[in-house]
Amino acid sequence: MAGLRGDAAIVGVAEFAPERKPSRLYMGLESYAELARQALDDAGIPLSEVDGLVTGSNLMEARNLIPSAITEYLGVPSNFFDIVDLGGATGAAQVVRAAMAIEAGMAETLVCIVHTLMPHSDPTVAPQERRRDWGGGNWGSPQAEFEIPFGAVQGTYGYAMIANRYRHEYGLTERQLAKIAVDQRTNALQNPKAVFANQPITIDDVLNSPMICDPLKLLEIVMPCFGGAAVVVTSKERARRAKNRPAYVIGAGEHTTHRSVTYERDFTHSPIKPAADRAFAMAGIKHSEVDLASLYDCYTITVLLTIEDAGFCGKGEGGRFVEAHDLTYRGDFPMNTHGGQLSFGQSGMAGGMSHVTEAYLQLTGRAGGRQLKKCDTVYINGNGGIMSEQVSLILRGE
Amino acid sequence: MSKYRKNPNPIPVPTPVTKPFWDATREHRLLLQRCGKGHVFYYPRTHCPECLSVEWEWFEASGRGRLYSYTVARRAQGPEFAEDVPYIIAAITLEEGPRMTSLLVEADPDNVAIDGAVEVAWDDVSPDISMPYFRPLG
Ligand SMILES: [Zn+2]
Repeated sequence: MAGLRGDAAIVGVAEFAPERKPSRLYMGLESYAELARQALDDAGIPLSEVDGLVTGSNLMEARNLIPSAITEYLGVPSNFFDIVDLGGATGAAQVVRAAMAIEAGMAETLVCIVHTLMPHSDPTVAPQERRRDWGGGNWGSPQAEFEIPFGAVQGTYGYAMIANRYRHEYGLTERQLAKIAVDQRTNALQNPKAVFANQPITIDDVLNSPMICDPLKLLEIVMPCFGGAAVVVTSKERARRAKNRPAYVIGAGEHTTHRSVTYERDFTHSPIKPAADRAFAMAGIKHSEVDLASLYDCYTITVLLTIEDAGFCGKGEGGRFVEAHDLTYRGDFPMNTHGGQLSFGQSGMAGGMSHVTEAYLQLTGRAGGRQLKKCDTVYINGNGGIMSEQVSLILRGE
Repeated sequence: MSKYRKNPNPIPVPTPVTKPFWDATREHRLLLQRCGKGHVFYYPRTHCPECLSVEWEWFEASGRGRLYSYTVARRAQGPEFAEDVPYIIAAITLEEGPRMTSLLVEADPDNVAIDGAVEVAWDDVSPDISMPYFRPLG
């Protein structure tokens, strides 16, 4: 099939440790600049070689024209610039767009940056004028009239409805979902950057944690944090001279069908499948070749559906799959070795990029106590909204 | 006065496109749209989501459907819902086809049947707006 040829590679990454209360209040532009500095330093590539920029959709200093604002601030004339607004899929999608730009000959070395807005209180806006953020609920939006007034606020309710429908159709136990959180926590205990690096948990801890939206309990839900991440993507030619082992982008696929979960026709068959099928076909690899699954995990149910819809097991087999496999860095199906966002922390839109940065640390043998013995091929999935925007990515180290 | 919510906010603020839908709620009529090709859709909009036709008509739905899925919010997911905990957020598949987000009322949170029959239960939350919630049938 046509698609990416695998001529673009990740060569450097950077990540702010997720923090529940930021130890340093970065301004928006400053945060982009610092992440770029750290990622280029990791890549061993000077700023003068950068000729492309892919940003997130948030910048406290500007609502639009964000790529040019950051280009100017960083002082890098860019041949390609893009903004990605795909929620939790933003990080993976940034890497796809950078690889596309490189293969299309639009640019050679790009920095992809995504961050969390820091909790500054704008002194020029009176407190009573600060608008409530409903999450997509501007006047005139379907959410403002037909979702939010009916209690469909934020995301947890939607994933809970997916879990209940799944359980109704295929069967699912609370222990099966809890095991996902526990195995990921085991991984996080080996990751000093993880927000829960020092707190082991058991299945009973998960089952006994407060019910938030049936059947999802507190320890099955991500902890919002502040942070950010950046990834340097460059051409094969430049990657060969890079400091670290290049990780080539050999497969990618995207799919979305809905904004509000109600309009996802079948809750148990997510848009992940077409995205993953395309990525695997493009990469020309089998699932058995994947050394690490780096799967977006805002909730435990998200992971279970991703394992199924990405093709690691059959539909309806996810519960038994997670029971039968050790999902830790020591296990037979290593998954979210950084702890996943459930245990690493979710730095807003940057949370999804943690699945890319962890993949690269594993591919370059720099994952410390959680390092896999062999890691040459990684499957990544980014998920935005309520199972809405899906971006699959396959990386291969050479 | 809301029958089912302690605090009925946020109350929908109609647009020119959605006003006929909300106007009908005052008479406890649940409106859907049907395009010339017979596609039935919800929420109100100017273009049919299956064929982008702008030729369509309003019609009154039966108000019956099945519970496709639900969750019981044991913690309020927004401050306006704090006094209603536990409340049941539902995805309803209407008899006419479209899916709809709503609240399931008059139901036991610990005994909710997915795929069970439901019917509309109106709640007059303001002089201008009545909310089409749903309750289990039988
Ligand atoms: Zn139509």
